[in-house]
Amino acid sequence: MDSDDEFMSAVSSDEDIALDDSDNEDLSGAEDFDFDDDEPPDLGILKDVGHKKKAAYEVKYTVYRPEDIQKQQDDLVNEVNMILDIRPEEAAILLRYFRWNKERLIEDYMDKPRQVLEAAGLTQKSGKPPRLEVIPGFVCDICCEDEEGLESYALKCGHRYCVNCYRHYLAQKIREEGEAARIQCPSDDCNLIIDSISLDLLVTSELTERYHTLLNRTYVEDKESLKWCPAPDCPNAVECGVKKKDLDRIVPTVACACGHRFCFGCILNDHQPAPCGLVKKWLKKCADDSETANWISANTKECPKCNSTIEKNGGCNHMTCRKCKHEFCWMCMGLWSEHGTSWYNCNRFEEKSGTEARDAQAKSRVSLERYLHYYNRYANHEQSARLDKDIYVKTEKKMVELQKKSGMSWIEVQYLNEASQALQTCRQTLKWTYAFAFYLARTNLTTIFEDNQKDLEMAVEALSEMFEKPVADLAESKLKVDIMDKTAYCTKRRLILLEDTAENLATGKWTFNTELSAPAVSSGSSSRQ
Amino acid sequence: MASIKRIQKELAECTTSSPAGISVTLPDDSDLHRWHVTLQGPSNTPYAGGAFGLVVSLPPDYPFKPPTVTFATRIYHPNVTNDSQGNICLGVLKHENWKPSTKLVGVLEAVRGLLAEPNPDDPLEARIADEYRQDRAGWEKTAKQYVARYAKGEITWPEKEEGKKA
Repeated sequence: MDSDDEFMSAVSSDEDIALDDSDNEDLSGAEDFDFDDDEPPDLGILKDVGHKKKAAYEVKYTVYRPEDIQKQQDDLVNEVNMILDIRPEEAAILLRYFRWNKERLIEDYMDKPRQVLEAAGLTQKSGKPPRLEVIPGFVCDICCEDEEGLESYALKCGHRYCVNCYRHYLAQKIREEGEAARIQCPSDDCNLIIDSISLDLLVTSELTERYHTLLNRTYVEDKESLKWCPAPDCPNAVECGVKKKDLDRIVPTVACACGHRFCFGCILNDHQPAPCGLVKKWLKKCADDSETANWISANTKECPKCNSTIEKNGGCNHMTCRKCKHEFCWMCMGLWSEHGTSWYNCNRFEEKSGTEARDAQAKSRVSLERYLHYYNRYANHEQSARLDKDIYVKTEKKMVELQKKSGMSWIEVQYLNEASQALQTCRQTLKWTYAFAFYLARTNLTTIFEDNQKDLEMAVEALSEMFEKPVADLAESKLKVDIMDKTAYCTKRRLILLEDTAENLATGKWTFNTELSAPAVSSGSSSRQ
Repeated sequence: MASIKRIQKELAECTTSSPAGISVTLPDDSDLHRWHVTLQGPSNTPYAGGAFGLVVSLPPDYPFKPPTVTFATRIYHPNVTNDSQGNICLGVLKHENWKPSTKLVGVLEAVRGLLAEPNPDDPLEARIADEYRQDRAGWEKTAKQYVARYAKGEITWPEKEEGKKA
């Protein structure tokens, strides 16, 4: 209720009174009614934006499962294998060397095959496929063993080592160093790369598996357009064409098949509408500041001379800044030298030096207060999202019971799941609107943004409140319809906010009070997307 | 341990036909994994006339992991830390560059090579590297002073650290 009141105060006074009188259910009803008027045309536009034309906040992307990733590599390897007529395991090494840029590989290879092979860690020498051999009189150069019947192995380069040393070497590289794609022949200054056939021949199946996992990993990591889904234990990768340099114009949120929504630019959780550069700054600021900012605000003052933050740890008002040795009075912030002998009874309020110092103090506090304003709202949504989720889990349990009693089917109570999902997503967005707003310089566009933010926030809080109703109420069809309406409304308001922010970001219309990470490109003309 | 045979062979090579300016001793005959090496400063360098102590310790996994090599004698050099640790920045000693077939003779020669030709582009002591590039005469002077002060007498070998026993 508290938060609702707060939001209400921003609405025009007439409505304010009317709404204040009504109880909660009426409040949501009134809102629904208000927006019912606009809903049909609005929805039409939304559909246009969402389906026919790509919305400004959307990016194109594809999710790949592990078998897709494997198949892509296999296809490329087979293709190169056929075109260049080299063994598949060597084609794979070449492709990895060229970071899977097939066109460049073929072009370069046609041009100067010898240099390309050498640079990639291959050799032109042909011969039988290598195998384990026992050679009489062989001495291993690594362990210096020379016993008879010692099995040995050599790549095409002919550097021969005993199987035990080879295995030890490979195990060390794979298991301890996590290396796979660039394991070289153990010989000093031989840069021939060990191919997968040789590897399979030498090591145990457990190690082979690890080796192939690592190889797969390099495929995704080598390609700028591919990223692993960062969700724990998710084996999928996502492909998206957004480049690093685009990140100050677009926030590329993608959703993995596992349900995890993340930013393709920085792989953090979805942080629309704030661009990656701001997110990075914000998180850093929060890590530095927020734990202590409240405490600082309550317990400290800044030195009037050097602005160091000072905590008063004794009873005396005579402060000496430890850093710059400036002496001042804690109460009036004026110079101590002007204080004479009136130690604890500070009566120097109107003195010039004191007033100036207090002004400076106030200014520095304003910026801190401003930060805390945004931070508290940011943190609140983070916390509320968690609480909403808890409530959903509890409610779901009760709903199951209710189902049994009232005879509602499982599908009929799914609206709660949808409401919960909508709450999570909307709060995630709201959270980041506060970080975004913190860095936003005030322009005409800011007002529209803040209105959008307010609308979404009001709707989310209203939905969140309905969500907390006792299970008995939830069974009523009226509340059910209300929740479904509000869910749809929240979702819609969120998309409107995202569309507005994304469009202005793409066209460079926002003014930030800080530098976005990349130097800003001249505004107005955006040919991307 | 399979590496004993290899280390014995390498040690024999280093002691019987020791390369120019390099001599190897074992401080403890029962421990093949710790070598004391004395480097003669190469002629035509500020280090000429000095004797520098190197401690080589071989990990249990040698030769699959690189040895660690540190200066026991203080030395004024862009690629050696200017402290009692005497850490060296040498490419071949890094994990990713080390190959099991690399021999210690090669490593020791590379260290001596570093004395003859410092590598200021990959410095451990940025200040000394800058001086080496911009004020060669000043650098030579200090390097010689270090030799006179630290590298003329008997080498003081550091105590073996507990837990480093191979």
